[in-house]
Amino acid sequence: MSALKNIDMGLYRKRRFFNFLVLFCTMLATAFGLLWLVWLLVTLFTNGFQYINMAVFTQPTPPPGESGGLANAIVGSLVITVVGVLIGGPVGILAGTFLSEYATHSRIAPAIRFINDVLLSAPSIILGVFVYQIVVVPTGHFSGWAGALALAFIALPIIVRTTEDMMKLVPNAVREAAAALGAPKWKVTVAIVYRAAKAGILTGVLLAIARISGETAPLLFTALNNQFWSNSLNEPIANLPVVIFQFAMSPYEDWQHLAWAGALLITVSVLVINIISRTIFGNR
Amino acid sequence: MDREKDKGSFSRGSHPFFDVFLETFFSFATRTSALFVFFTIFAIIASLFWGSWPAIKRFGLSFLFSSEWNPVTEKFGALVAIYGTLVTSIIAMLIGVPVSFGIAIFITELCPPWLKRPIATAIELLAAIPSIIYGMWGLFVFAPFFADNIEPWISDTLGQMPLVGPLFSGPPLGIGVLTAGIILSIMVIPFMAAVFRDLFEVVPPVLKESAYGIGATTWEVLKSIVFPYTKIGLVGGMMLGLGRALGETMAVTFVIGNADRLEKSLLMPGNTISSSLANQFTEAVGEIYTSALIELGLILFFITFVVLALSKFLLFRLTQKEGVRT
Repeated sequence: MSALKNIDMGLYRKRRFFNFLVLFCTMLATAFGLLWLVWLLVTLFTNGFQYINMAVFTQPTPPPGESGGLANAIVGSLVITVVGVLIGGPVGILAGTFLSEYATHSRIAPAIRFINDVLLSAPSIILGVFVYQIVVVPTGHFSGWAGALALAFIALPIIVRTTEDMMKLVPNAVREAAAALGAPKWKVTVAIVYRAAKAGILTGVLLAIARISGETAPLLFTALNNQFWSNSLNEPIANLPVVIFQFAMSPYEDWQHLAWAGALLITVSVLVINIISRTIFGNR
Repeated sequence: MDREKDKGSFSRGSHPFFDVFLETFFSFATRTSALFVFFTIFAIIASLFWGSWPAIKRFGLSFLFSSEWNPVTEKFGALVAIYGTLVTSIIAMLIGVPVSFGIAIFITELCPPWLKRPIATAIELLAAIPSIIYGMWGLFVFAPFFADNIEPWISDTLGQMPLVGPLFSGPPLGIGVLTAGIILSIMVIPFMAAVFRDLFEVVPPVLKESAYGIGATTWEVLKSIVFPYTKIGLVGGMMLGLGRALGETMAVTFVIGNADRLEKSLLMPGNTISSSLANQFTEAVGEIYTSALIELGLILFFITFVVLALSKFLLFRLTQKEGVRT
């Protein structure tokens, strides 16, 4: 009897110990994951803050060795991001509407969903090459339009996906109630479903903005960069990510300092947009 | 008059012709947008083929197996870039998968409820940080740290071992294939951890509770209930992470060193498809050079397409199973 008990207790202890070991490892893994976030943010803030001053926001990018700021890059980034969302947003919302409202029994809907998911995770640099082929090669020069279009192609699948998901959350009874009052389908969609899913769709658009405002790879071959002020979308346009890339890779110290300042600006704006979109959508 | 008002917004402007027109127009607009998404992928493939045609014609299949990349003599081969892409992604997965597993298990099984949201949010913020920030941080902060503290130790221990020695020997440069793989792993961890966590939450509580009821430990429940139930989905999630790692550009470009040579050691600089494109595309002169780079892009698109399609397929099968059971 006592022998049996001893064996059992031994096995029990072994199982308990192994369980403890595994769970301890998961704690280590979580700490490991969070460590990078903390390390990254701490170095970013300590390095970025000391180079942020008024000149960063008021003066254009300098040649090496001279003082300057990032004003033209900040404005350029804002312009192509806004234009990109204005192109990608409406198309994405309409396509998401089709998938959610019009394609319930359509055979093409699963295919579109699949392709949208592939586009969602496709390497962004490929989209840069694509836009280079369809815009930069025919027009013969890099341009702000090309950059905005490349960003639109990155924003598009994000917006399609969230729009569809959010519109599907609207209960069918609401649609049926509106239809029973004699509202045509487009009116049900616009006046009822859009209104109910407003916060969710907005979240998707905000997340898309957060994503494209830090994208660098597709801009390298489309918007390129511009050392000077340019308000025209027909010319290469300065933008923060590419400026950071060029300045950080350069051997000039004052350029690297500006790159740190720009990196801090981008990260803070992306994180702020993310947090705002989370609060809009509430407790998910 | 009041009755007119009471009719509300639905009957306003409900002239039959007007309604029919708007209905047709709206459904046409949504359908066109959806088809636009559908045809984008074919346009991408066509434009990549069109752009890389000169290189395909000139080099044929040998492009895939040649390790020579010489813009001066216009001899191009993709082997170095393909090798770099695969090796950095494998390193990223070797580190990323166990850590993501750990994080997902910690969040679903172990974490006190009040800590759940802060940790999940922090991990998701890690995913939101743009890749160029990772690259810059890797170049200025992580690479020097790695060169000073970790790499000498690696080449002293792992580098002396008989079989794997050549992989880990070499000067501590800081930048190189291994560094790029580590930075990539940090970038894919949040994606995979989020997928794994969602999968673990799909497991019906009844199954887990019955296992706990007969005295299983948390680990035993995970091993015998949660993992088998979510098996296919877990592979799908890994594929999703792999897809990300393969295509990641800026973070890798900063730290990989951009050398078009095939090096045995992981501590040496190398190149990936995406970093070759990022570094050389705007400087490429001549039709063949540009075309060879676009062909690299085509190869990358093909690889990621296969990986992502596989991941979608596996994740889809899991959700189907879920539909049957509940």
